[in-house]
Amino acid sequence: MCLGIPGQVVEFVDTNDQLARADVSGVTRIINIGLLEDEHLQPGDWVLIHVGFAMSKIDEEEANLALASLKLMGQAYGDELEAFWSSRITSETIGG
Amino acid sequence: MRFVDEYRDPTAARALVAQITALAGDDEFKFMEVCGGHTHTIYRHGIEHILPASVELVHGPGCPVCVIPMGRVDDAIAVAKEPGVIFTSFGDMMRVPGSKGNLLKAKAEGADVRFVYSPLDALRIAVDNPDREVVFFAVGFETTAPSTAITLLQARARGVSNFSVFCNHVTIVPPIKAILESPDLRLNGFLGPGHVSTVVGQRPYRFVSAQYGKPLVTAGFEPLDILHAIAMLLTQIREGRCEIENQYSRVVREEGNPRALAILEEVFELRPHFEWRGLGFISQSALKLRSEFEQFDAELRYHVPGVRVADPKACQCGEVLKGVIKPWECKVFGTACTPETPIGTCMVSSEGACAAYYNFGRMHREAAVTLGRKSVTATL
Ligand code: SF4
Repeated sequence: MCLGIPGQVVEFVDTNDQLARADVSGVTRIINIGLLEDEHLQPGDWVLIHVGFAMSKIDEEEANLALASLKLMGQAYGDELEAFWSSRITSETIGG
Repeated sequence: MRFVDEYRDPTAARALVAQITALAGDDEFKFMEVCGGHTHTIYRHGIEHILPASVELVHGPGCPVCVIPMGRVDDAIAVAKEPGVIFTSFGDMMRVPGSKGNLLKAKAEGADVRFVYSPLDALRIAVDNPDREVVFFAVGFETTAPSTAITLLQARARGVSNFSVFCNHVTIVPPIKAILESPDLRLNGFLGPGHVSTVVGQRPYRFVSAQYGKPLVTAGFEPLDILHAIAMLLTQIREGRCEIENQYSRVVREEGNPRALAILEEVFELRPHFEWRGLGFISQSALKLRSEFEQFDAELRYHVPGVRVADPKACQCGEVLKGVIKPWECKVFGTACTPETPIGTCMVSSEGACAAYYNFGRMHREAAVTLGRKSVTATL
């Protein structure tokens, strides 16, 4: 649960609840972006995601670095990805 | 050399190790990495074996799963067994042992315990099950606490009345202070935590250099980040400086995330005391819900036994968390205590020092023993 996983913001979903759709390793899920309200996030931006919340805005190079080292973690990263994929924080059904 | 070749940039890694070796010279250094994520990287990449023997890394208390005492797990299980309750938890917490088993056992005995990825998943379960009571087992440092805080703000805004939080959030500064005060430990400096610092920034660590005269360098999670941060610590020491520096400035800002800090302030207040596994009671080291959120406070809604439970005799997690012993020096390490049957919390989460060492360390250690430490360094 302590891992931050990099994801790319695809689109904003609901501005009231500060939700966005984010792509992590090819799968999209809904995340909350309320903690980055002052960062003027745009679709295409990379963020570090932690327990369903965007924690910090990062650049693409940092995202690739983080992904490469997460992949080396093996099982721990696999577990975190599976957990992320299991997440259903809104009632909308999302493909992937 | 085998481990360095696996690194993203072996040339840079070799250069950093050479720099560290030259800076350390004939003196001995002990640095503590506070964060469990760093511990994981260190074992995964065999960093201890490419460092000169004079530089030792000591693992700190920065794995939030590892510091939850048995009594709090017992409390969680008691709440989970209340009639009508759906008890939600991060996966890591499910196998943490209480005095009479863990949450998985409670589930097997009929309690409705569910794994969630996010506190928002727990809130969603509450919205979908209006006739049930949903409790979220909140653990984690300032990295995770803002997520719980936003979830509580949403629960209040939407008037979700069947949702509550069993709050076990802890803060990063008090355990660092406790370690600095501990007489049995000699440290030359700290690798500061990465993700926690994205929230709290660099300022809260100033006391480490100002009051205790130890340098701290906040580090990223790549093996090269860790080597770089060690080189920065040694450079400071050799130049006679003692400062709080930031190796992970790609992500961590001096001021942290002011918005996250404001949300924390709005929802939580400090508890007078909180018990940490292995470190004992530390004052003002954990968070509880402010009275404005008391309707969401599981500790007020349910009867929690709140009994203090001593760790099993064989368990040496406290010494591991304080860096007094290495994981493999615990008498039950790898025999009675394994990731499948953990006796102590450090064996549960992949960020726990014992689990990280169990999973990755042994192969590196065996290789290092075969090659001999000196020849390993020489072949770099
Ligand atoms: S081996 Fe088990 S009991 Fe010993 S310190 Fe590690 S987690 Fe604790």
